[in-house]
Amino acid sequence: MISKKDVEHVALLARLELSEEQKDIYTKQLNDILEHASALQELDTENVPPTAHVLPIENVFREDKVGDHLPNDKATAIAPDSEGNFIKVPKIL
Amino acid sequence: MSLNQMTAHQLHQLMVNKEVSAEEITTAVYKRIDAVEEKVKSFITLTKEQALETARNVDKQIAAGEKLSPLAGIPVAVKDNICITGVSTTCASKMLADYVPPFDATVIEKLNAVGAVMVGKTNMDEFAMGSSTETSTMHTTYNPWDTDRVPGGSSGGSAAAVAADQCIVALGTDTGGSIRQPAAFCGVVGIKPTYGAVSRYGAVPYASSLDQIGPLTKDVTDGALMLNAICGHDHRDSTSAQYDVPDYTKYLENNVQGLKIGIPKEYMAAGLGANVRQVIEGAVATLANLGAEVEEVSLPHIKYALPAYYLIATAEASSNLARFDGVGFGYRDTDADDILQMFIKSRSEGFGEEVKRRIMLGTYALSAGFYDAYYLKALKVRTLIKQDFDQVFEKYDLILSPTTPTPAFKVGENIDDPIKMYLQDIFTSSVNLAGVPSICLPCGFVDGLPVGMQLIGKPFGEGTMLRAAYTFEQNTEFHRQRPAL
Repeated sequence: MISKKDVEHVALLARLELSEEQKDIYTKQLNDILEHASALQELDTENVPPTAHVLPIENVFREDKVGDHLPNDKATAIAPDSEGNFIKVPKIL
Repeated sequence: MSLNQMTAHQLHQLMVNKEVSAEEITTAVYKRIDAVEEKVKSFITLTKEQALETARNVDKQIAAGEKLSPLAGIPVAVKDNICITGVSTTCASKMLADYVPPFDATVIEKLNAVGAVMVGKTNMDEFAMGSSTETSTMHTTYNPWDTDRVPGGSSGGSAAAVAADQCIVALGTDTGGSIRQPAAFCGVVGIKPTYGAVSRYGAVPYASSLDQIGPLTKDVTDGALMLNAICGHDHRDSTSAQYDVPDYTKYLENNVQGLKIGIPKEYMAAGLGANVRQVIEGAVATLANLGAEVEEVSLPHIKYALPAYYLIATAEASSNLARFDGVGFGYRDTDADDILQMFIKSRSEGFGEEVKRRIMLGTYALSAGFYDAYYLKALKVRTLIKQDFDQVFEKYDLILSPTTPTPAFKVGENIDDPIKMYLQDIFTSSVNLAGVPSICLPCGFVDGLPVGMQLIGKPFGEGTMLRAAYTFEQNTEFHRQRPAL
């Protein structure tokens, strides 16, 4: 059972700010969804390996040399705030 | 029949015969958009000038006697989560409302290379999260068959645009049914290719191990032409598969003799509306009469697919959507004093309700103490579901099922009930978990609304899937019926 406090904790982890009303709604809805998902617990999966990916995934390597990349001006042009070659953010320290 | 109502292969023939120009086709499409867009609202952005320029270039090729590729001069609508250089890509979200990508998705590069004409970006559920296109923060799209109803989601704008003849073909993305469910609701053909068959580079990710780009078209032949154009390995997508891409049009054979098709008994059980069941049974009988061997099969873990899907998809979404922090691109709150508040406020203001709900669910499923019980459990159940498919495919070529439990529902009907909305994906999400391909095609009507049938293939078995779908189409008239708008 998820409590409103759990919702507040998860919101912090997810970097989301919720109104009191949203916290109430999400508490109920997440409980409903997880109750629906509790059906999975019926299955014995102790010896079943997990499948994170259906295809065999291998590391993809390329030669270690400089290739084409997005030019700085194009990268900074899509940023909400930038100056020269830099993206501006509020001070961190 | 006006030009915009035709299929790509019909228009190609007309262009080759010099009976019509690419510019005339594009103009016909925009005329139709002007006429019906107010009623359907399929699009977020139109790119008329660029489209006409591309069409004129194709006409120059025709005049110069160059060989035309099958999609040259064909108007394509693109779901608004696929990047086109210099064209706004919003994902139907405030978060990306002002985002103009500086690069093309691989599928766009490929379509540009064959001279396809991009007519605009289509509406969708915000970040592809939804089953009705109602979670779009731009506007709601309406079903061309009944404008009181939803077109399905999340590729609802693309499906509606094809059904309303506002384009000839379209691109969508499918994470748990987002191409096939709107295709079913709008009476068009939708294909979710094998995972890895089409590069996801340049498609805004939702759940990376499930997402796949695919076409929405007016018939199966156009679906095969689109697969020919967009499939293939891409070094920029580490999950892209290395395989020999066949010519999919070679599979368009009016013959299902000897094909073994399994009908999962679990899919025909509870949850399926009686009227939809009747239509699907009719479709099964049609294929059997045409010579397919049809038998009941069992996918015993299929009832666990939907909860497993939602836990895995939301877990991956919570991770993928962490990139939206207001720093490098996208919406930024400008009032925050420090960077943490900027992250929090930008995300809280930029994301809509459904996106936040899924991020919350995914973050919870991945959080300390719950990871084993939810996320890891769902991954193990995914293994069982994949094994179910593997076992059936040892004996059968295809699996046939309904695409959706009901025809299109009314606008607003399910929007406040997430579980009811999620149940829309009950027949489609297992396909994404197993990574196999699937096609939805029109197979009948209930109360004037289209019903879709789903044919599921073996991994990289798109060809066999197309053959059965083509045979069904050639022997029925459902795909020829158009909505009266």
